[in-house]
Amino acid sequence: MIDFIARFFKKDKQSKDLAKERLQLVLIHDRINLPPYLLEQMKEELIGVIKRFTEIDEEALDIGIESSDRTVTLVANIPLKGEKKV
Amino acid sequence: MSEVIVITSGKGGEGKTTSTANLGAGLAKLNYNVVLVDTDIGLRNLDIVMGLENRIVYDLIDYFEGRCKLRQALIKDKRLNNLFLLPAAQTRDKTAINAEQMKKLCSELKEQFDYVLIDCPAGIEQGFKNAVAGADRAIIITTPEVSAVRDADRVIGLLEEMNLPRPKLIINRIKPAMVERGEMMNVKDILDILGIDLLGVVPEDENIVITTNRGDLVILKEGSEAGKAYSNIAKRLTGEEVPFLQLKTKYSFRESLKRIIGIRNN
Repeated sequence: MIDFIARFFKKDKQSKDLAKERLQLVLIHDRINLPPYLLEQMKEELIGVIKRFTEIDEEALDIGIESSDRTVTLVANIPLKGEKKV
Repeated sequence: MSEVIVITSGKGGEGKTTSTANLGAGLAKLNYNVVLVDTDIGLRNLDIVMGLENRIVYDLIDYFEGRCKLRQALIKDKRLNNLFLLPAAQTRDKTAINAEQMKKLCSELKEQFDYVLIDCPAGIEQGFKNAVAGADRAIIITTPEVSAVRDADRVIGLLEEMNLPRPKLIINRIKPAMVERGEMMNVKDILDILGIDLLGVVPEDENIVITTNRGDLVILKEGSEAGKAYSNIAKRLTGEEVPFLQLKTKYSFRESLKRIIGIRNN
C-alpha cells in the first residue's frame, strides 16, 4: 500500500511498462529476421534509388520498421525537394 | 475429429511438461481418450511429472526402431484409465528421430485417441521441428518475463512459417500481487506484444510443486487455483466457452484502502 501511495506521487515508470516497451522494440527486429547491417544497406540503397529520380531532403527522411498484429511494415517518410534532375 | 496439439514455448522452464500433463488429465476427465507424447529425447520428464516413471518398459524410439508394438510403448495412467503416456527415450538424443516418423506416429495415434498432446522440448532446433511435424495446432506457454515472451514470439513466427493455424497462448505462473503493483506484465501487456489469442492464465501456485513432488497432478487436487485454471483451459480446448478466472490478489483496492484508513472488515 505504501508502494501504491509512493507511486501516486512519484513519476517513476513501473517496471512492467519498461519490460513491455523494451520487448516491443526488440521484437520488431526479431520479426523481420534481417541482420542490422543488411537493414542499413537496404535503407541506403533505397535512398540511392529515389535519389536517381528526384532530390530528397536527407536531413528529414525517416525509414523504419513498424509492427502491429504480427505484421511487420517498412515505413518510409522521405520528403522530396521537388523537380526531377533530368 | 481427433486432434494433435503441440505444447511449446521456445524457452525452457516455462511449464510445457506440467501443462501437458495437466491438460491431458483435464481432457481425460472430460471423457476423451487422450495420449501424451514426450518428444524431449534425452531429457524426458513427462513420466516423472505424472508419477509414471517406474512403469516404463519401452519408449518412443523402441517403437520407431521396431523393438515393440505401439500399444506396448503406451503407459496407462494410474488415475485415469483413458489417459496414456508415450515416453521419450532417455539415453538417446534429438537426432534419433525425424519429422517423417513423427508425422506417421501422429496419424497412427489419431486413429485411437481423441486428443494427442505433444510435449515439445525447449529450443527451436531439430527437437522442436520433430515435435511440431505432426501437429494440427499449437499452444504457446509463456511466463510474464521478457526472455520468455521474446522466445515465445520467435516460436510463433516459426509456426507461422510452417503454416500451422495461429497458436493460442497460456500465460503461466502469473503473480497477481506483483501485477497489481505494476511490477509484472499483465495479461493485456503480453497479448499486445505477442498478438495472439489467449487460451488461459495459470497463477503461480505452490500446489504445482507439491503435487509434482508426489507425482500427482494439480488438476486432480480440489481447491487449487492452478488446477482450476487448467480445468478451464481443457474445456476451452474442446471448444467450450469458459470465462477467464479473476485472479485473487492479497487485498483488493477497496480492502487496501480500508486497511490504510483503519477500517477492518470484520
